[in-house]
Amino acid sequence: MAEPQQKEKDVVIKVRGLVNGFGNKILHDHIDLDVYRGEVLGVVGGSGTGKSVLLRSIIGLIRPLEGEIEALGHSTLGDIESPEMRKLQMRWGVLFQEGALFSSQTVAENIQVPLREYTSMSQTLMDEIAEMKLAMVGLPPDAGDKFPSELSGGMKKRAGLARALSLDPELLFLDEPTAGLDPISANQFDELIKQLQKSLGLTVFLVTHDIDTLRAITDRIVVLVNKKLVIGTISELRKSDDPWIKDYFSGVRGRAALASEEA
Amino acid sequence: MTSIETVSDEPEAWFKLDREGGTLSLGGAWTIAESARLDRELGSLDLAGKGDVSIDASKISRLDSAGAWLVLRTRRALEAAGSKVGTFAIPDLYKPLFETLDQERQSEPHKLRIPTGLRGRLYKIGRGTIHAYHQTISMLGYLGRVTVETGEAIASPGHKMRVAAMFHQVEETGINALPIVGLLAFLIGVVLAYQGADQLKRFGAEVFTINLLGVGVLREIGGLITAIIVAGRSGSAFTAQIGSMRVNEEIDAMQTMGLNTIDTLVLPRIIGLVIALPLLTFYSDIMGLIGGAFMCYFQLGITIPVFMRQLAEAVTVNTMLVGLIKAPVFALVIALVGCYEGFQVERNAASVGMLTTRSVVEGIFLVIVMDAAFSVMFSVLGI
Repeated sequence: MAEPQQKEKDVVIKVRGLVNGFGNKILHDHIDLDVYRGEVLGVVGGSGTGKSVLLRSIIGLIRPLEGEIEALGHSTLGDIESPEMRKLQMRWGVLFQEGALFSSQTVAENIQVPLREYTSMSQTLMDEIAEMKLAMVGLPPDAGDKFPSELSGGMKKRAGLARALSLDPELLFLDEPTAGLDPISANQFDELIKQLQKSLGLTVFLVTHDIDTLRAITDRIVVLVNKKLVIGTISELRKSDDPWIKDYFSGVRGRAALASEEA
Repeated sequence: MTSIETVSDEPEAWFKLDREGGTLSLGGAWTIAESARLDRELGSLDLAGKGDVSIDASKISRLDSAGAWLVLRTRRALEAAGSKVGTFAIPDLYKPLFETLDQERQSEPHKLRIPTGLRGRLYKIGRGTIHAYHQTISMLGYLGRVTVETGEAIASPGHKMRVAAMFHQVEETGINALPIVGLLAFLIGVVLAYQGADQLKRFGAEVFTINLLGVGVLREIGGLITAIIVAGRSGSAFTAQIGSMRVNEEIDAMQTMGLNTIDTLVLPRIIGLVIALPLLTFYSDIMGLIGGAFMCYFQLGITIPVFMRQLAEAVTVNTMLVGLIKAPVFALVIALVGCYEGFQVERNAASVGMLTTRSVVEGIFLVIVMDAAFSVMFSVLGI
């Protein structure tokens, strides 16, 4: 759809002929996808259509049955603990659904894990950076001394985002960042991602259910239907004939969210 | 180790403060890969008494938030040292980043909540003591509650006892434990007979190995080893089962449906184990004696009939009963601790593992304390 005029853009994630499945159930049937530098790409689809599986296979947590995946110019199909993948992993950050913070460490220590592992910074600088990242994601400085179990769901996600950003990645993967948040927190989180994306020049790969998030921050949307991808902007997708996409964007929730856009 | 500093191929970052101290110029890639080095070098920069300084960062080719933080920090250090920072030139591309960072880090530096050093140690000891105190109080409260609920369950005639759940627990904790308890008791019998025979041989009193074995296994070892295995096997299972139900909000669901959790979860486990453990102890006693008899036959050449005759002289039914009477008490302690710790689980994954470990340690600790208390009591009573 929007492909031809964007051909010259810098492709950061390239998926070709991807097949994913479990047992004899195929989730993705030879799908292709390009993600361009500096864009926010939203991935939607019904429950069980393999949104998270797509994300996980791009970051190398799941090995696909077939196909090629490249991120930042390197294949992610190799051993996830190989040196090549290490280099790649330093250049992206991942926010998992529940934050996936290490429960035995404080929030500040969580943020410092990649710094400690991959840089030779002094403890003072690491403390300063942790505090700066906390401020960036809108957490108060004393949140750094707390353990993940002492945080609310929304704070955990913010802390998880701070950890994902600790190495200043080029590429950010978000797995349902606003799921389980109240609408106000979800809006704030959307704003936060938008603002960070602008100021840090991030490329964001975003899996979500939340139509408000899609409207607020995505440049393009990928819909997973019938094991294939439909790619386009919101206004393009609203004209789609596919029953699921139609339902999704013109259901009560979808209409409400989109009406606020047109208003 | 792979480090981000070795893989980076960015142009090197640099900074230069000109001799008069009028301009601080920055250039290159101010990124996280360079930040450890820049941090060290900026630290050795003498910033005092520079007067008015202008910062020229326009030659920076790449900037990320770590680099921006270093620039910002240097500017603040200059201001703190009494300099006035006049112009501050940065590439337009990175203006939003600076604005984001500058407005957000206005908050006061906060104090660390947990003290370090000797004070930290004292803090930990104090916190541990208070925690142990609260733990004891709350466990006693729990014992009280279970006692009351049990009393009510027995007293009220119309009360539905959860018989099926109870016998399921007897099967889980008793019948399924038979192989491991049997094998270990047998081996303990073998070891006890072997070591006893070795020592008693010096006095020509090998035959008394059987006395040692009989009294040892029936009074103490049989019951103790069984209780310890069960504490490790079933006490931990109780904590893990109830704990994961808590994580999963199943306990909350039960409570909102008006189901009494003591009644549905705790009593079947306690009563089940109180039934199972004495039976298991009896079985363990027999297996221990068989192990001893086996060793006596091969090591000392004592035939089974001789073994039986000597055993009958060495022990009475009372010896065994003294051992068995302790089993229900051990069972109560293990089940109580197991269930109690299960209810202490908080809604996070680490909590289940931590409390399961604690339940096993506390269970075994209390079993041995109880055993010692019984020994003192029996010796006072002259049994």
